[in-house]
Amino acid sequence: MAAIEEEEMGSSCSWRIRGVTELLLRGLLLCALAAGSGWCNSVERKIYIPLNRTATCVRLMNATHQIGCQSSMNGDTGVIHVVEKQEDVQWVLSDGPHPPYIVLLDGELFTRGMMDQLKESPRISGVAVAIAKPRPVKGFSPGSRCPNDGFGVYNSTYGPQYAHCNNMEWNPLGNGLFYEDFSFPIFLLQDENETEVIKQCYQTYNFPHNGSVPQYPLCAMQLFSHMHAVTSTVTCMRRTSLQSTFSINPEVICDPLSDYNVWSTLKPINVSTNLNSTEKVIMVATRIDSHSMFWNVAPGAESAVASFVTHLAAAEAIHKAPDIQTLPKNIMFTFFQGESFDYIGSSRMAYDMQKNKFPIRLENIDCFLELGQIALTNSSVLWMHTDPVSQKSLSVEVTNLFSRCSTSGTGVEVQEIGSTQALPPSSFQRFLKLKEIPGVVLADHKTSFQNNYVTETAESLAEVATVVARALYQLAGGSGNASAIQADPRTVTRMLYGFLVRTNNSWFQSIIKPDLKGILENEPPPYYIAVSKPVNATYLVHYVLANLTGAVTNLTKEQCLNSDGDLYEYAWVQGPQDPNSTTSSRLPFCVRSTVRLTSASSPAFELQDWGSTQYSTWTESRWKELHARIFLVASRQLEIITLVVGIVILIISFVATYFINAKADVLFTTPRDSGAVAY
Amino acid sequence: MGAAVFFGCTFIAFGPALALCLLTVAGDPLRVIILVAGAFFWLVSLLLASLIWFISVQLSDRNDAQLQYGLLLFGAAVSVLLQEAFRFAYFKLLKKADEGLVTLSEDGRPPISIKQMAYVSGLAFGIISGLFSVINILADSIGPGTVGIHGDSPHYFITSAFLTMALVFLHTFWGTIFFDACEKRRYGTLGLVVTSHLVTSGLTFLNPCYEASLIPLFLLTLSTGAWAFVTAGGSLRSIHACLSGKRKEGDSVMVYSALQLPGED
Repeated sequence: MAAIEEEEMGSSCSWRIRGVTELLLRGLLLCALAAGSGWCNSVERKIYIPLNRTATCVRLMNATHQIGCQSSMNGDTGVIHVVEKQEDVQWVLSDGPHPPYIVLLDGELFTRGMMDQLKESPRISGVAVAIAKPRPVKGFSPGSRCPNDGFGVYNSTYGPQYAHCNNMEWNPLGNGLFYEDFSFPIFLLQDENETEVIKQCYQTYNFPHNGSVPQYPLCAMQLFSHMHAVTSTVTCMRRTSLQSTFSINPEVICDPLSDYNVWSTLKPINVSTNLNSTEKVIMVATRIDSHSMFWNVAPGAESAVASFVTHLAAAEAIHKAPDIQTLPKNIMFTFFQGESFDYIGSSRMAYDMQKNKFPIRLENIDCFLELGQIALTNSSVLWMHTDPVSQKSLSVEVTNLFSRCSTSGTGVEVQEIGSTQALPPSSFQRFLKLKEIPGVVLADHKTSFQNNYVTETAESLAEVATVVARALYQLAGGSGNASAIQADPRTVTRMLYGFLVRTNNSWFQSIIKPDLKGILENEPPPYYIAVSKPVNATYLVHYVLANLTGAVTNLTKEQCLNSDGDLYEYAWVQGPQDPNSTTSSRLPFCVRSTVRLTSASSPAFELQDWGSTQYSTWTESRWKELHARIFLVASRQLEIITLVVGIVILIISFVATYFINAKADVLFTTPRDSGAVAY
Repeated sequence: MGAAVFFGCTFIAFGPALALCLLTVAGDPLRVIILVAGAFFWLVSLLLASLIWFISVQLSDRNDAQLQYGLLLFGAAVSVLLQEAFRFAYFKLLKKADEGLVTLSEDGRPPISIKQMAYVSGLAFGIISGLFSVINILADSIGPGTVGIHGDSPHYFITSAFLTMALVFLHTFWGTIFFDACEKRRYGTLGLVVTSHLVTSGLTFLNPCYEASLIPLFLLTLSTGAWAFVTAGGSLRSIHACLSGKRKEGDSVMVYSALQLPGED
């Protein structure tokens, strides 16, 4: 009994240490124990099969709501039922005799309608979703139909006819699942082999043959995803701050979603002072992040990747132009994090610019160019979205320029949107909110998002990058031959491979710092913003940008590490493999670039205004463990039999012992000869 | 849900031990001391055995499954021998303690007989070894899962509990026989006890064929029990006398039985 209590009540850290020693000790003792027989593997392994490759729906909160999922404190258990067809769900909702059920849902059935059905049923204790392969043809978006509603520029005073997507529903495929609050855990099964194991277990034990009721033992699943925070950001931040005031050992219960924006400029600027107001900067922006229902998995990230890869390629192309240092205007390349969560990155940068906490101020921005969703389908047409309320006239110059660029020898056509249509959800809106800046949002959709997964080719993205780079060159006042600027399709290919297929490739290996080589994996990085510290995607964009736009210097390692200044940042990177060496030694070098990171955490947390309606208030709950396992459950009958046998034996023992003890003097007599024992 | 299995198995495994402890040991401080000290001796023997096994595993090739299984058998045998060695050491210690107690006692008679000591120390060995063999199984029996997903028998928990019950009984009987044999210097009997302990340990290697291990084990327990009963002074006649409710008097001398609380002296 003591052992059980110990396991259940121990706190996280000490528990782990104790758990390990206990396990060791147990294994050791058990194996050595003669009478304890030969069970050398732990009993737990006899009972449970842990599911190792899962992603979990966790709880996020904003100023007013909680979204996501959670299990009860000790995990939610249910009998597995596989739902492969719409009809199968009937068993779970009404027919099946063994509730609660955990539904193993095929990826294609993970729809709003299905989840609403399951959500309403008290017979459901959890959902496991098998990852959809191949991807659903119709497209799937767990986001809302009107992304980041309420945090853009349009509101009751500014273009009220455009507010709340009145004019245009940008994401018609968005089913809003991401913004639902589920009272049961939802896990994504990422490994098909594990899914197969579960299905096999289901087939063996739970499958209702010809509608007959399956007999015990049944195959069941347990999902652990208990969340510490509840209700809203206001509540959980208050609780966290209360604890940090009064408790010696405060336990944080939620963290703001935050990361870093990546930015660089074409011409170096002094970051320790503010830019002179006469200097003009053209701002180019894309988002890095994306969101999905499951923590640290963002499979719908293709659109974001295509956009920022185009952006990176354009940055490289323009850096190759000969006369960039003499251009009248500077160009700033900005990659925002957390845009999916009510514009975290852009709202912070705009806030910093407004408060003069950023070297570039709002009045320095000459114009704004944002690359929205770029995933060219059959028609290679890009659409320029502008703000119909302010300064339509202001943006004319920009749009005209683009139209000119596109016609000159690239396969991409850029078209203006004639109607008075609102801006799509974009980072630009956050800047427009503070100051009227001319700008366009470039996207592949004229109306709503093209929300299907597209296999974009490197060539088409390179063409877009070329158009963008040439337009930027001319916007910056370049007088040279703009048509010489050409984005490199090979760079685009390498980037797409790294960002969409596997980050552990030779190019990425050669361009990052040695101490970051651990972030490279044989899969794409997660594009979820997460909480604090740069996430892998941010690091990668940082070093790719530094590599594409920076210069190799011949500084030594010591010089390189100590020479960060106001104008440039220096990075000592791993370098390529040494071709003359048989061992895996590398040829490291020092890269000088203007690439920097700047905080992408919502100003709401800077201002401690946790109920803000102006700034993003998204926080992520803390949790102790996220894991799933399958096992068999015994029938109630067998359990009761065990208990009854136990009680009977206990009673017999007491009665018999009492009887024997009372009659001991009669029962145990010693013959006279051996009676004189030791005394 | 799982609580039923947990309590059921606990009662099966430790119900008899609990009854014996409460009704025959708990009332007498001296017996409680012997019980706790006996458990301690068993633990020390286990520590040594696990050390030997651990070192041998460290020194051997851990990928050789055949060798590891052999080592496990070896470890089990070493553990059995060590347990019996410690039982002997405990007997020696109790003898010394007994002499001390005799000098303290007023009437020159020891306050506890060797047979009683034998019974209590055997029970101590049984309880502690039973605890160690079944505690982690009990911990996992609380659920929510039950054994069987890898094709194991669903009766794993209940058979483990019965095994443990047999083990507690066996240790108690061995204790009684062993001390008696030591007392009378019957080395053959000592050898038989050790052999039967080795056989018990070996039988558990037949798991998961529970029929093959449980049935012989319970037969062994019964026969050892009968032997211990005779050793402790029981006989068919005494059972008969006991059942007929008559107090047995006459030519045999009454001694403090193994199970009787000591008298007023």
